[in-house]
Amino acid sequence: MSENLYHRLRPLLADLFQLPADQISPASSPDTIESWDSMQHLNMVLALEQQFGIAFAPEEIEQLVNVELIADLLEEKLTLSGGPQ
Amino acid sequence: MTSNQTRQWRVQAEEYLAEGRARQAHAMLSAWWHENQTLTGASYVLQMAQALRPHLELRPCKLRVLRSCTVEPALQLLRAGAFAGGIDLDASVCPFNAYAQEILDASSALYREKPDVIFLMVSTRVLAPGLWQGPSGSAAPDYARECAEVLASYRRWVETIRTRCNAALVLHTLEQPALPAAGILDMQGGGQTAAIRRINEGLAALASGTPDVYLLDYDALVARHGRTSWWDEGKWRSVRMPVRAEHIPTLANEWLRFLHPLRGRLAKVAVTDLDNTLWGGILGEDGLQALRSGPEGNGIDFWQYQQSLLRLQQRGILLAIASKNNPADALEALERHPGLLLRPNHFASIQAHWQEKSQSLRQIAEELNVGLDSLVFLDDNPVERQQVRLELPEVTVLEMPADPAGYATAVSNCPLFERLSVSPEDAQRTEYYVGQRERSQLERSSTSLEDFLHSLDQRVFLIPASTENIQRISQLTQKTNQFNLTTRRYSETEIRRLADSADHCVLTIRVVDRFGDNGLVGACVLALADGVCHVDTFLLSCRVIGRTVETAMLSAIAQYCRSSGISRLEGYFLPTRKNAPAADFYPKHGFTCVKEDAAGSLWRLDLETATPTCPPWIQVTQAEELALV
Repeated sequence: MSENLYHRLRPLLADLFQLPADQISPASSPDTIESWDSMQHLNMVLALEQQFGIAFAPEEIEQLVNVELIADLLEEKLTLSGGPQ
Repeated sequence: MTSNQTRQWRVQAEEYLAEGRARQAHAMLSAWWHENQTLTGASYVLQMAQALRPHLELRPCKLRVLRSCTVEPALQLLRAGAFAGGIDLDASVCPFNAYAQEILDASSALYREKPDVIFLMVSTRVLAPGLWQGPSGSAAPDYARECAEVLASYRRWVETIRTRCNAALVLHTLEQPALPAAGILDMQGGGQTAAIRRINEGLAALASGTPDVYLLDYDALVARHGRTSWWDEGKWRSVRMPVRAEHIPTLANEWLRFLHPLRGRLAKVAVTDLDNTLWGGILGEDGLQALRSGPEGNGIDFWQYQQSLLRLQQRGILLAIASKNNPADALEALERHPGLLLRPNHFASIQAHWQEKSQSLRQIAEELNVGLDSLVFLDDNPVERQQVRLELPEVTVLEMPADPAGYATAVSNCPLFERLSVSPEDAQRTEYYVGQRERSQLERSSTSLEDFLHSLDQRVFLIPASTENIQRISQLTQKTNQFNLTTRRYSETEIRRLADSADHCVLTIRVVDRFGDNGLVGACVLALADGVCHVDTFLLSCRVIGRTVETAMLSAIAQYCRSSGISRLEGYFLPTRKNAPAADFYPKHGFTCVKEDAAGSLWRLDLETATPTCPPWIQVTQAEELALV
């Protein structure tokens, strides 16, 4: 997992889920974060698209089930698009 | 704005919150939000809003969205934007794609919840798939029939909503496809795009012909940002989102433009700086000749900014100046610079001196008799903007872009400047204030207040509510904060209902004096039952405060009550942070307090023993058709 991306992701997810940043870890998922319901999942996907200027395909949206997987997929997308890491 | 500065705003917002300075925290948070309009930003703002809400005076607004698509993420941004703009928004969506049922079922949640505002947002692809996709199969498309059906549905929905509730209704125009099915043939006559255009024209006619129904040009919004860039096919297929992630804030901001005028959270005055804001360059250093402003060449950004201010004035918003300059020099430049569009007589107040900007804003509010929260401050200097945010957190401070080319857009994007209607009073407002300056001169030259009031030669006309003035009466209830006994806000539909009801009487007043016509500057709503006249609403525009017009109004009401066999006047005074000027109205006119609670006090006047009399310096004329029941 890209540490750099993880550290950019953490404060964004903390704001989104209205939690202190230290409560977000690579293993955080809908099982560990109470407010991570399906509507918040959509909000998160759209927030990442807004912040990183990328787009997730419908099948990718379902794969974003914990913070580590999100960081990995983001890294992949940013590398492909040649965008900033 | 640097990310350093925006981080700073966030830190300060949290510090002020911890210190219990909620209004400063709100001002910092609003500035931060302006630079962070994303879903994570919205989540943060709403978390802060939880803590701040109880300590702020916000305009409440209950919104229900009838929709055929997923709008929840955009609503999240709308909530944050509304909070930053001073509106306490309770927003929710009606069940997915069940808009028709919600409208037609008289017992649906839509009507039970009594929203202030309803958005009806239906996608072309859902409502009229044939018009969206073009012909499917071999049959020739019947666009005319589909167009007629869609408009008939809308007519039924609008009529039903209008008869069942008082909420303002915002329709959305139907979106055009990015490319019509028939290609360029479509535009050669009778095509798909022409049919959708006809529907949108029909919606415009429906909105303008029905009270409190408005039209949001969704198709124009999409076109403004590019049809292909607006749309995200993957998101539509998977979650029925009609908008790409990057445009969600655009949609939320377009909605916000409607909420501000609908809930009366409005700017009445645009206060502009001069140096490097109204014109390019610094008067005190560069001199008048070197200032940049003009319809062509290197002053065009400033010319366009002035044009954007002039458009505000045509909507009834006053212009004022807060500048650090020598007063005589500033005035000379305003009068003599050849490339300026705006001149001294465009400004209702000019504060050019070396005091703090916050002090200038205070003086402008006082001179124009408006609350500080009715001011929007426009200044290129971030230090001045920050000073005003901290000193006067009630004032809306626009975050101006670093490049003057963006000034005009910043003004036209501010939702506090939006209006949904303009009355003749609005268009002439600046003239009233020029008259006001002359009145002030007379007041200064008068030997006593009585002498001044006599020489004003005021005539007050009492006029019953009618089609011609209902819009203005509603506007007065929305905008009047100071001399307002109960601060009840009414939409046009509500005023019309009250005026039509047998046990209510709705009146407005016109005040004319030797300096001209002040227009319709007062209103009252009276509820009549069992020999008692209950004063539901009694308000006067700040333009005529302090001229004893309220006494004339009361005496006329009392006289009518007596002639209709009503023996008692009653009314509440409900205090707010702003209506102190009206606090002594009832005691001053002989009413006695009969009840007092947390919300306010109830006052009573027995008309058999007391007679409010009209001041000798005012002549009251009542319309003949005015009659109480």
